[in-house]
Amino acid sequence: MTNRIHQAFQQPGKKLLNVYFTAGYPTLDSTVPVLQALTAAGADLIEIGMPFSDPLADGPVIQQSSTVALQNGMNLRVLFAQLRDIRQSVPKTPILLMGYLNPVMQFGVENFCREAAAVGVDGVILPDLPLDDYVAEYQEIFRRHNLRPVFLITPQTAPERIRRIDELTDSFLYLVSGPGTTGGANTQAAGVQEAYFRRIEAMNLRNPRLIGFGIGDQASFRHACQYAEGAIIGSALIRALDGAADAPAAAAHFVRSVLA
Amino acid sequence: MATLPPSSSAYAPNARGYYGEFGGAFIPEMLYPNVEELRQNYLTILADPDFQREYQLLLRDYVGRPTPLFEARRLSQKYNTRIFLKREDLCHTGAHKVNNTVGQILLAQRLGKTRIIAETGAGQHGVATATVCALMGLECIVYMGSVDMERQRPNVERMRLLGAEVRPATSGSQTLKDATNEAIRDWISNPVDTHYIIGSVVGPHPYPDLVARLQSVISEEMRKQLLEKTGSELPDYVVACVGGGSNAAGAFYHFLDEPAVQLVAVEAAGHGIHSGHSAATSVLGKPGIIHGSRTLLMQDEDGQITEPYSLSAGLDYPGIGPLHAFLGASGRARFISIEDEKALAAVAECSRLEGIIPALETAHALAALSQLGAGPDEVVVINLSGRGDKDLETYLKYADQLRQY
Ligand SMILES: Cc1ncc(COP(=O)(O)O)c(C=O)c1O
Repeated sequence: MTNRIHQAFQQPGKKLLNVYFTAGYPTLDSTVPVLQALTAAGADLIEIGMPFSDPLADGPVIQQSSTVALQNGMNLRVLFAQLRDIRQSVPKTPILLMGYLNPVMQFGVENFCREAAAVGVDGVILPDLPLDDYVAEYQEIFRRHNLRPVFLITPQTAPERIRRIDELTDSFLYLVSGPGTTGGANTQAAGVQEAYFRRIEAMNLRNPRLIGFGIGDQASFRHACQYAEGAIIGSALIRALDGAADAPAAAAHFVRSVLA
Repeated sequence: MATLPPSSSAYAPNARGYYGEFGGAFIPEMLYPNVEELRQNYLTILADPDFQREYQLLLRDYVGRPTPLFEARRLSQKYNTRIFLKREDLCHTGAHKVNNTVGQILLAQRLGKTRIIAETGAGQHGVATATVCALMGLECIVYMGSVDMERQRPNVERMRLLGAEVRPATSGSQTLKDATNEAIRDWISNPVDTHYIIGSVVGPHPYPDLVARLQSVISEEMRKQLLEKTGSELPDYVVACVGGGSNAAGAFYHFLDEPAVQLVAVEAAGHGIHSGHSAATSVLGKPGIIHGSRTLLMQDEDGQITEPYSLSAGLDYPGIGPLHAFLGASGRARFISIEDEKALAAVAECSRLEGIIPALETAHALAALSQLGAGPDEVVVINLSGRGDKDLETYLKYADQLRQY
């Protein structure tokens, strides 16, 4: 079965911009207007962050946006209600939900997948879901709802494990650019990151790759695009939304500044 | 050998780190190589004679083991039963935490790590980590909630004196859970040269098992000492407080497969279990994931982790180790929760009856004595996990109240 993620990658030569923002940030009801503004401005894929109280893999910017979103009253029930008609205004752009396993577990994995599929979500990123547990308990449920999992790969991920992740994936691979949580600067010595990207490229994996973590502007986006089918921006967008009087306008402005 | 488990134990984790339905390793890919490296090597290293020689020597000459098993006659008289105190408060640095850090620093060296990170609540684990880092000449960074830095100030100064850097965790409730988040984020950012010395039987597999094994020396010694003093290796009760559960795991370990021994885990009820200000995870928690482990967890209906409360900085963790979640679910251990006030009363009582000022965490275990129902011919061992010096500021604040008990 194909889904929108495949279609997004069917544009030869096009480099894709995947943007992450936190649901319910900066205000509870900004989720949908921000999403619409991002796609209208040219974002190719959207990751909606499901806020969690203890986001272990995230740096201070996404932590802060999650805290604000939770204070605003965001939760999965509210999010699915907000997204109910999203496919009328955003028919083609792939939408992925990204977050941590515990809120999904409490919602019920089957429930979560059913609701996500019903509103037109295409993929799910749960960084703390172990591969073995995914295979043992969740793969079948995800399949039934035509939801694609996305797994992370880091510079330390061993080649056999990368192959296994590639086998289990039918969407794209999320290449974490270097050691660190989201939003961190690249502190690696010159050439180290590029060597890692090339090493993965040379593996001839079956899935396309998007590079994320530490990408925040046009220069870093273009640089990453030399080594993959596109890149993912999160913290820099959240920063652009922080304190913005008109969040959708700020979101659109940010995307245009990256793609200009 | 000291740190090897009874291999047939029904309470040992399976290959994937599960105690029944609890445990596992729910970690982002960024942590996978580090945790996997540890998982593949920890049992081999712990069993290595060279490691054992060095570990045992340090436990004896540096930590001061074996710690005494002291028969507390005046407490026994008061509660009309036979009470022994396992004196972990006499360990170097003043608590059981150092049993674990001595073992983990040797492990870190064998894994070729040069930089050590840790989280701390009461500061005891931070001090114990800073201590062994000084001993081995390794860089040490300790994350501590900014609220805890305030209420456990002497320990902050101790860590600094030992050469460690103390970094405040300013997110969330600014206590133990948040310090642990920050330590994990540091490890994500430093995947090659750094070892994370986690301070309790929490976190992703293999940490709960690793820390339990390193603390198991407590119950190993208890058995020998009880035989000498009572003629039997087995007491009727073993009582320990539970934050994450490391002193309890160490005190229970060699009794897990002895059904005649009642294991009693004591949690902090704070202002009262249902007051909204409590850390009684076994009552208030539901299965969930915290710090890479599936365990009982205090959380709201949306799966957001809630802030625990206890007057004691070492017990306000919203989860418990997966072993303890399993001991509770299987009925092997009995859980009791003790309110702040009762713990303070136990501080006064132990100080005056036995001349031992206990840590506030430990006082929760002592306070459980009145609920045990132990008979005159029964033997109760209380794990005296730490001494009260670090809590003097809190005790001063409640001085009037303490005098009244
Ligand atoms: C003296 C003492 N006892 C108990 C604890 C609780 O930890 P655990 O449950 O891991 O033994 C602490 C933690 O800081 C402590 O300092």
